[in-house]
Amino acid sequence: MLSIENLHASIAADSKAILNGLSLKVLPGEVHAIMGPNGSGKSTLGHVLAGRDGYDVTSGTVEFLGRDLFAMATEERAREGLFLSFQYPVEIPGVSNMEFLKAAVDAVRGHRGQEPLDSVAFLKAAREASKAVNLDPAFLKRGVNEGFSGGEKKRNEIIQMMLLQPRLAILDEADSGLDIDALQVLAGGINALRSPDRAIILVTHYQRLLDYVEPDFVHVLAGGRIVKSGDKSLALELEAKGYGWLEGEVA
Amino acid sequence: MSDFLHQALTREPEGAPHWLHQRHRLGRHQGGQQALPSRRDEAWKYTSLRALEEGGYLAHPEAPPPGSDLGQSFAIADLDAHRLVFVNGRLDASLSGGASLPAGVTLVPFSRASTADAALIHSHLGSLADGEKQPFVALNDSWLGEGVFLRVAANTRVTTPIQLVWLTAPQSESFALAQRLLVVLETGSEVAVVEHFASTAAAQNVFTTGVSELVVGANARLHHYRLHLEEASALHIGTVHASLARDALLNGFHLALGSPLKRIDLVVRHRGEGAHCELNGIYLPRRQEQVDYHTCMEHEVPHTSSEETFRGIIADRARAVFNGRIHIHRDAQKTSAHLSNRNLLTSNTAEVDTKPELEIYADDVQCSHGATVSQLDANQLYYLLTRGIPRQDALALLSFGFINEILNRIQHEPLRHHLQPQLAALFGQDPEFARDFL
Repeated sequence: MLSIENLHASIAADSKAILNGLSLKVLPGEVHAIMGPNGSGKSTLGHVLAGRDGYDVTSGTVEFLGRDLFAMATEERAREGLFLSFQYPVEIPGVSNMEFLKAAVDAVRGHRGQEPLDSVAFLKAAREASKAVNLDPAFLKRGVNEGFSGGEKKRNEIIQMMLLQPRLAILDEADSGLDIDALQVLAGGINALRSPDRAIILVTHYQRLLDYVEPDFVHVLAGGRIVKSGDKSLALELEAKGYGWLEGEVA
Repeated sequence: MSDFLHQALTREPEGAPHWLHQRHRLGRHQGGQQALPSRRDEAWKYTSLRALEEGGYLAHPEAPPPGSDLGQSFAIADLDAHRLVFVNGRLDASLSGGASLPAGVTLVPFSRASTADAALIHSHLGSLADGEKQPFVALNDSWLGEGVFLRVAANTRVTTPIQLVWLTAPQSESFALAQRLLVVLETGSEVAVVEHFASTAAAQNVFTTGVSELVVGANARLHHYRLHLEEASALHIGTVHASLARDALLNGFHLALGSPLKRIDLVVRHRGEGAHCELNGIYLPRRQEQVDYHTCMEHEVPHTSSEETFRGIIADRARAVFNGRIHIHRDAQKTSAHLSNRNLLTSNTAEVDTKPELEIYADDVQCSHGATVSQLDANQLYYLLTRGIPRQDALALLSFGFINEILNRIQHEPLRHHLQPQLAALFGQDPEFARDFL
């Protein structure tokens, strides 16, 4: 599904290196958690994979579903099935959430050779998705993320994921800033999307989410590369000891 | 010397009612003492009148050939309105009509005004729009033939909007039109008026001078829409003058597509305490078009307020001008006046000249203004792309979203539902789709 080999990336503006030889293999059906201290490169990884401008990939390769990921434009990666849930979802006043969702679903379905959904079928699917994450369907008529609370924005990301049915979902700090009720709703949404042909990468600072979405693998990202991998017990160990004990392995 | 103004002033109005002759003379006199503005005049610094001078727009309007299907050019689905339609300046009875009007409403074309109507018109016409310092108002006076008089009696609420359509169709020779509207709302009355400038789809060869005077009485509420949706060759220079009495409300919405020359001046005089004006506007010049809005909020007495928001999207090699003046007079304490103008340039060759002008002579007021010029937000674009939306569609969505925030302020739903898909189509979206959801 996803194969990252020795990835190096830096910020284009100041050539500051953020990813320093990161390698990771993800197979269909797997759930990976990537944890790490602030500034370790967690968010950068998601954006480099999704195709944000402003990063230079200086070396390494990424294969996604057998194709060279970096040969594809941002929108093409999405249509191929890569989905990044943003840590800070973007507000777009004036563009209705519904219109945005339909444009995205149309694009992805078209790419897969599926018929576009008619308005009625689409509305139904969108309402169901919003119910599944306990978000009032009235939010579908608002501007994209406009005036949404932090938790509402995160739930809107999950709605998008449900409608787009990606092959690989990268959730960047999907849990940060949520109270326990909101976290459970979110986790329910993520679990509903687990399937044998879909992989999920949870990027998170906290272990708490992993109580509700159980990962197959846990990786520690520090200094721009993965310094330790293990099963879910590693997350508990990190929660208890912090990241300090791994500092030695960063150098 | 091919001074358009002085040639134009010699044109005799055709078939105008006799009670307008005095106004013609006044216009000719006042216009004759002025010159056509040039780029050296501050108010015309960024807008050239060359298209007007070179176009020879002097022929009289003619009735368009019969049988042409003109109704399509201004139809607004689901708009239950009382309608007056003027085609090349002439009332077209067959296209006019619609919802009936309640008692207490006078709605008459100048050509059909009774002696009593004429006397009323006479007492208000020109009370706000003064040709002495405005050559295009003088020109309008000198040409004046047809116009609309709307009067709403005290405490009468008109629930269906009044749609005034000024439709043009091309003629063999370039021609000129004078459009005029006089609205008088008496105490406590309320009405919505849609001034709708439209044209057939063919390339136009018309110059229209428009003058609207809106007299809003005490505690009265006027919802005023002025839509410039003409084909891209139609020239227009128009002024809207409003006067607000005590506790009066004016809710104005302005929209202009571009053309070689489109200039609209708005002047709102707050003359009674408690008066409030909300003004929203959108301009969308493309290709090599231009749109120029000059607005002026006059706060003349204490405790009045205004809230003004204009947004423009300027594409291709187009050019926009926005000049927003707020004038708070010396006695106008406790005024609240806010102005925002934001512009989106979608190409490197697009241009906007935006200037807020504050003149404040009272010391206890709240006043703010802001003007921005920007390009599309890279972060918003990235977000849309990560959802698989094609780049062109993403750009269209974001551009339209920029003005859609203002369109969402249109209270009258059928009008909003008409404009949203029509404008969305300008940005390359599927209008049917937009209609479903917006």
